[in-house]
Amino acid sequence: MKSQDLKAFIKKYTMVIALVIVFIFFTILTEQRLVLAQNVSNLLLQNAYVLVMACGMLLCILTGGNVDLSIGSTLCLSAALSAKLLSSGFSAPVAIIVSLLVSAIIGIWQGYLIGYVHIPPFICTLAGMFLFRGLARVVLNSKTISISNESFLNLFTSYIQIPGLDENKNCVSALIIGIIVAIVVAMLFFTTRRKQIKNGYPTGSFSSMIVKLVIIDALIILYSIKLMQYKGVPVMLIWILAVVLIFAFLTSSTVFGRYFYAVGGNEKATKLSGIDPRKVYFVAYFLMSFLAGLSGLLMGARIGSVDGSMGQSYEMDAIASCFIGGASAYGGSGTVPGIMVGAILLGVINQGMSIYGLSDQWQYVVKGAVLLAAVVFDVVSNHKTGKS
Amino acid sequence: MADIILEMKEITKLYPGVKALDNVNLQVERGEIHALVGENGAGKSTLMNVLSGTIPFGQYTGQIKYNGEECQFNNIHDSEAKGIVIIHQELALIPELTIAENMFLGNERKNGFGKINWDETYHQADTQMQRVGLKEKSTVLIKDIGTGKQQLVEIAKALSKNVKLLILDEPTSSLNEEDSKMLLDMLLDFKKEGLTSIIITHKLNEVAYCADKITILRDGATIETMDNPDHDIDEERIIKGMVGRELTNRFPAREHNVGKEVMFEARNWTVYHPVYTEKCVDHDISFHVNKGEIVGFSGLQGAGRTELAMSLFGKSYGSKITGQEFIGGKEVHLKNEHDAIQHGLAYATEDRKVNGLVLSDSIAWNTTMAKLEKVSNNGIIDVQAENRAAEEFAKAMKTKTPSIQQLVGNLSGGNQQKVLLSKWMFAEPDVLILDEPTRGIDVGAKYEIYCIMNDMVAQGKAVVMISSELPELLGMCDRIYVMNEGEMVGEFTREEATQEKIMSAILSSDKKEAKEA
Repeated sequence: MKSQDLKAFIKKYTMVIALVIVFIFFTILTEQRLVLAQNVSNLLLQNAYVLVMACGMLLCILTGGNVDLSIGSTLCLSAALSAKLLSSGFSAPVAIIVSLLVSAIIGIWQGYLIGYVHIPPFICTLAGMFLFRGLARVVLNSKTISISNESFLNLFTSYIQIPGLDENKNCVSALIIGIIVAIVVAMLFFTTRRKQIKNGYPTGSFSSMIVKLVIIDALIILYSIKLMQYKGVPVMLIWILAVVLIFAFLTSSTVFGRYFYAVGGNEKATKLSGIDPRKVYFVAYFLMSFLAGLSGLLMGARIGSVDGSMGQSYEMDAIASCFIGGASAYGGSGTVPGIMVGAILLGVINQGMSIYGLSDQWQYVVKGAVLLAAVVFDVVSNHKTGKS
Repeated sequence: MADIILEMKEITKLYPGVKALDNVNLQVERGEIHALVGENGAGKSTLMNVLSGTIPFGQYTGQIKYNGEECQFNNIHDSEAKGIVIIHQELALIPELTIAENMFLGNERKNGFGKINWDETYHQADTQMQRVGLKEKSTVLIKDIGTGKQQLVEIAKALSKNVKLLILDEPTSSLNEEDSKMLLDMLLDFKKEGLTSIIITHKLNEVAYCADKITILRDGATIETMDNPDHDIDEERIIKGMVGRELTNRFPAREHNVGKEVMFEARNWTVYHPVYTEKCVDHDISFHVNKGEIVGFSGLQGAGRTELAMSLFGKSYGSKITGQEFIGGKEVHLKNEHDAIQHGLAYATEDRKVNGLVLSDSIAWNTTMAKLEKVSNNGIIDVQAENRAAEEFAKAMKTKTPSIQQLVGNLSGGNQQKVLLSKWMFAEPDVLILDEPTRGIDVGAKYEIYCIMNDMVAQGKAVVMISSELPELLGMCDRIYVMNEGEMVGEFTREEATQEKIMSAILSSDKKEAKEA
């Protein structure tokens, strides 16, 4: 590789490289406890809320560097409603539907105010942060409510285990699923390439594609082996993947997804191109609140109980993931794969520090430093000096 | 012997992969107006950035001699201390501050403790404003005065810094003819007082009018310096130097095949200001465009042309809009921009960076933006089809770019304009309204834009061209409407129209108003 190619490669995959380095660093630091099957399996589950909500946050940030501060509270309200309903004897479907419905209404409410009444998002969602936190505590009556409904917990926190085939330490199904996914990914790579060649489009070199594919497939298989060694494929992983894939598709391949980038890049030009920016804002904040509601269900089930301070500062994790993952603080750029790397990087740092036994206060210091470093690096390397 | 105030010798500036300046030499005499001309990307602005210290000493090679001494400027402050002041094309004024605050920004009148002396500030501001003939209070906010006056504030600001050598980068690009002339006359007045100016401009009639010497840059190198003692230099002569070839015709030839069919018509169109809703911006305007016709709109800044176009384009401007709008003979009621596009109308804005393009997106994304459904199925974008379309347009428009994935913000003005036109052609309109389609782009790119317009009408589209440059209206249009102060004041066919007739239509309507008032 020539030095120029190397530079371009480093620039393109900065955060992936950072993730690898951080991962290796913590693996050594924790004497390989980080890569124990249980820890690997828990890594994504513990950060489910970050992964899910970062997808919604990306939409908000795309529209012009706007954020949603209310999602930690919305998450709490959604979890509180479910816990309350379940403990009052309602069935799991009822609790889930009510929680998601309320989150959707919050989304419509905030989306309308921001999109159509032009309330600045920061202020509108700051108000929401207080409002919904308060409402959640009203629902909980300032108590902690535990969730014990079996079907609710199963829906979010169980593991896929096929009787006869699987045991706790040796879930063959996880490996089978992993292999299937790896094959599907490989097929996608090849069909895309074939289509490009058929249409006469420039394709990258064949060897670099193969290298990329081998790395991705190896990671999938390695991950599924770890899952195999610890209880199998978690159902929550499927929820996370579903959200991430839908949002990756939405932002990269749909007409409406394109509008988020356009509005963030130049709202006036977008409007004069026949696109209604109000609708774009509305959808961004609607989907954000809805995902916060879903995250409330995931986290409620995972923790097994809900209290009035649940989800506090979760919004900051989602925001941090987006910026670490390369979303522009001025809007208009950022991708779902990018912010997933950001979220996982944060997760690895969190978990690595916890396993190592670093105290809470120092964890904050490290997180802050990482966020700042990522954004400074991004701005300096791209010479982004604001909108001017 | 001539009194040389500035001498730049063998200036070379390298950017990664590009030689922006290649051994450029420039000599300016004290008390002259020196014009710097050249196509976009010729290196004019880079040269001036070297001179003003925006590109600090050490990042270029060569020598700058000012008043006989060698200078090494590390930043703008260094050059301003010597009396060299640059006024950039994009004005550096803060809208929410007053004229006086802007004038002394970074140069505040203050005492030893840093407390600003406001009396002194406003008094000095008033003095400088008198010198440039600006009749505003210095307590007025910048956002409340027009572009022409803002330009004057910039000049007053320069004067307050005790300027000896004033550099103006495209000072008239956003001014109308009247304001431009006023500005140039002012420079001529200052010249009498001994001020030296360097002016960068694309408008060659201005060069002929005010410059004593003209230096031509091409591809980062000095081509020649010409004298213009009698202010009568031949514009064709300058163009020849700029493009390196003779542009025998500045406007491409076209067969005038105006169809009988009226493609677009507005009747009794009246628009009020969106904020000051009692102020009428366009009053009772009627006009039409036929198939295959280019119709020009002439007028001064503030004549209401852009407002007319935008209000017709799905009510994207104005309030209390009344009147009738017809496309292809059928009356339409356009609710919004999307509706307008669906009905075959397109409006390419005069301000491509602010209202036209998403600079942080690629050429491909910008091209398809106004009609994404053309390259998508059920809301899912067919990226291959999108790229194919973008490539076709880039080829047809001769957009100079390494790839259609290039971000539009990295393109030159002329190429950005081509992307903007691509975007609207991609939307397959029947009627295109082009607002100042050649603003701020060089002669070569202008010619290409004109060719594109000719192609449009050859395809049977109807084109409305709003322009503040009379020669291009006369060169391109089949018919020219003249507007002034929100009223339609004249209509000329291609054969009738002359610069004199159009200007007199504007001026006589002014007089009429003055009489009525």
